Amino acid sequence: MLFQITWFVLWGVLWAVYFMLDGFVLGVGILENFLGRNDAEKRVMINTIGPVWDGNEVWLVTAGGATFAAFPTTYALMFSYLYTPLLLLLFALIIRGVSFEFRGKMQGGGWKKMWDAAILVGSLVPALLFGVAFGNIFSGLPMDAAGYHGSLLYLLNPYGVLTGVLFVLLFVEHGALYLSVKTAGELKLRAIGVAKGIWPALLTVAALFLAMTGFATNLYGNFFAVPALFAVPLAAVAALACTRLFTARGRMLKAFAASCFTIVLVVGTGVAGLFPNLIPSSLDPAYSLTIYNSSSSEYTLKIMTAVALIFVPVVIAYKIWVYRVFRGPVTIEDVETDEHAY
Amino acid sequence: MDVLTLSRLQFAVTSMFHFIFVPLTLGLSILVAWMETRYVRTGNVTYLRMAKFWGKLFLINFALGVVTGITLEFQFGMNWAEYSRYVGDIFGAPLAIEATVAFFLESVFIGVWIFGWNKVSKRLHALSIWLVAVATNLSALWILLANGWMQHPVGYVLRNGRAEMVDFMALVTNPYGLLKFTHTLVAGYSVAAFFVMGISAWHLLKKNEPEFFRISFKIAAKFGLAAALLVLMIGDFHAVEVARTQPAKFAAMESVWETKKNAAFNIFVFPDVKKECNLYEEFCIPNMLSYLAFHTADGEIKGLKSFPQDERPPVTPVFLSFRLMVGFGMLFILLSILAVVFSRRGTLEAHPLFLKIMLYSIPLPYIANQLGWIVAEVGRQPWIVYGVLKTSDAVSRSISTVQVAGSLAGFTLLYGVLGALDVYLLARFARRGPDEDLTSLVQPFGKEA
Ligand code: HDD
Ligand code: HEM
Ligand code: HEM
Repeated sequence: MLFQITWFVLWGVLWAVYFMLDGFVLGVGILENFLGRNDAEKRVMINTIGPVWDGNEVWLVTAGGATFAAFPTTYALMFSYLYTPLLLLLFALIIRGVSFEFRGKMQGGGWKKMWDAAILVGSLVPALLFGVAFGNIFSGLPMDAAGYHGSLLYLLNPYGVLTGVLFVLLFVEHGALYLSVKTAGELKLRAIGVAKGIWPALLTVAALFLAMTGFATNLYGNFFAVPALFAVPLAAVAALACTRLFTARGRMLKAFAASCFTIVLVVGTGVAGLFPNLIPSSLDPAYSLTIYNSSSSEYTLKIMTAVALIFVPVVIAYKIWVYRVFRGPVTIEDVETDEHAY
Repeated sequence: MDVLTLSRLQFAVTSMFHFIFVPLTLGLSILVAWMETRYVRTGNVTYLRMAKFWGKLFLINFALGVVTGITLEFQFGMNWAEYSRYVGDIFGAPLAIEATVAFFLESVFIGVWIFGWNKVSKRLHALSIWLVAVATNLSALWILLANGWMQHPVGYVLRNGRAEMVDFMALVTNPYGLLKFTHTLVAGYSVAAFFVMGISAWHLLKKNEPEFFRISFKIAAKFGLAAALLVLMIGDFHAVEVARTQPAKFAAMESVWETKKNAAFNIFVFPDVKKECNLYEEFCIPNMLSYLAFHTADGEIKGLKSFPQDERPPVTPVFLSFRLMVGFGMLFILLSILAVVFSRRGTLEAHPLFLKIMLYSIPLPYIANQLGWIVAEVGRQPWIVYGVLKTSDAVSRSISTVQVAGSLAGFTLLYGVLGALDVYLLARFARRGPDEDLTSLVQPFGKEA
């Protein structure tokens, strides 16, 4: 019991941290094509995420691995049921990863345009697909004793698409705020402009999402049972409001931090509503995948808890150290005089 | 073709592709770290230029290793859902540990290494590439312990309709897994050694920066000789472990049909699967096979005929791959001995033919690695977890032929393009040689065209 709940919490935390960290990389990847007026500016943007994107993506690998180790049945069914969207996600992430590395090494004859397009697709598609997937997980997948009855088209239901749009907007806002901290001059001003411009749309979609969640999912069940939980979505809305307030005052680092909290709290809202389900069945609750019917043995969970207790703090420590080493904005002079690999 | 066949094909394509890049990463990270350490210790700028030149090639290769790995992790759930459900309790743990312990370390410090030339001290910079090297090797440990468990399951009970872990230490100390780890590790080192020697040989033939490439060659030659010897030694122990735990695979590796003691080893053999015997057997060494299998002359080898037809792996590919791998292993020892001798005497350039051979040998360790995996994975068939779960029972039930055919086609296409680009980039940057521009010593990774 205790260990299953622990791993449910950890599972939620891993996804939340993944979205918080890769969210701004995805956002920067989307914005790279639109914000940069010339190659130097585009390179500045890519170099702001250069040292950290791979480390951020590993949170996804870990979230996947933790699902496998702690809730193998959920891992097995979720990944095979969502075969096609996951495949598209993989293709997109593969393309994005090589583009960062290869863009700086193959520039002639239209290659650069190709890599820019690849970064755009490789960032937009995952943002959208993660949203669609999580929207559908919140509302439940059509599964019963006979297996899965959905398809890619089924997943594109209004609530799934709305969640997809929400994720894209969240990440673009997040990426713009990251750029406003990590760049200088003209580019910074443009990034702030985007953050301000996107914000009303984000707020609207977020409000719509919170409203539709009441109809399309059972997430609020837990909230009505334990009203204190409402603090989570309320805090999410407050954090979202703070991003705008800090942006208006030009406190960009604080605005970015608020945006981090927004993403974590949005995921937190979903996960708190899911408990104790990992994936509800939209056909019959008897076939929902819960932390009780899909978890590993207590022995395995104990081992994994020990590993997590020892290593996750170490990982967090050196991650913080790295962000400190690379703090401060990247400028055009930086990339032109001190050319890195990207 | 059905979902099972297509999924097997897809796993083969994606894992073999991942394993084109991984072995070089395993070995080259160590060589680059060594070069940079020499620079920090001696202040000799040549070593710094070496670390940068080989480091650039390392990064081009690394990029594809990273992006293709994630496919494999997802694939266990996507295509092998029944497998994941059945063994996840025990198999998921090493994968999650790999990510937590190794991948974070690796990905964070590779960032420090690439972008940190002006941001951290010399020592810290060298330390970061060492951490990358340690992390890659650690990641191999955990993934191969997982694979070792599939080959020789230990520390579990069948309970609640699945395999559950009861002894984590048994998993971690599984001799099969540890042998697999060490053998694969040193096999990766030989890939890197031959890569560095081959490219250096090309430049030496062109009389490009002879000093630079002589030193590079020499470092790689010593590393390569140690690796080649260890590959053989550990491989021999590995074969003993296979004979003990997977007799059917061992029989297929050596194409043995009849059960016998004091079995002889034939240098030239070819299996005839239909007639269940060998087409010919020539150059026989008495007792040798029993010795190879059990390290005693009178060990009893179980022949393929003692296994029911449907519990035998495909004999011909396993047999051929094994022979070729071992043949390559011998060749690598020979070549690296010559490499060490010539580079020590400083007479490399006096042997242009040898340098040419070294250039064209670059692909050979790659091929030997792929062959080894064919032995290990095809030889395990029809089991996915030896003696516990059949591959045919492991495949996902909810996916369709169309889906898997589409994904297989997609992976083949995408990987084909990426592989071609990678080879093109490696060749281009390898040919260009180290940066001459002295300013690039202060501002590392000089401007790239
Ligand atoms: C440079 C590459 C290379 C070379 C020269 C060799 N090997 Fe190897 N071998 C591998 C690379 C490799 C590998 C790719 O790394 C494998 C696949 C699975 C594994 O554990 O290592 C492997 C597998 C493998 C297996 C099967 C393991 C299993 O079924 O799980 C055996 C018995 C050997 N090797 C033995 C040898 C021997 C006796 C060699 C004599 C020199 C040899 N190998 C050379
Ligand atoms: C990285 C080097 C590896 C290579 C080149 C490789 C190669 C292959 C090949 C050729 C097959 C197809 C065999 C067949 O169906 O006849 C296969 C299957 C498979 N391998 Fe590996 N393998 C590697 C490592 C691993 C590792 C480390 C694991 C587990 C941790 C693993 C798990 C599997 C699984 C689950 C299958 C599918 C089921 C099966 O066919 O048995 N492989 N691999
Ligand atoms: C001998 C076998 C293998 C070794 C040594 C190895 C090593 C590596 C290395 C060095 C990377 C780059 C890590 C990074 O991102 O920084 C990597 C990536 C990865 N590998 Fe492998 N690999 C092996 C086989 C496999 C197999 C069979 C799987 C499937 C389970 C796998 C799963 C992964 C994953 C999920 C990643 C992505 C990590 C990321 O995105 O950063 N590896 N692997």
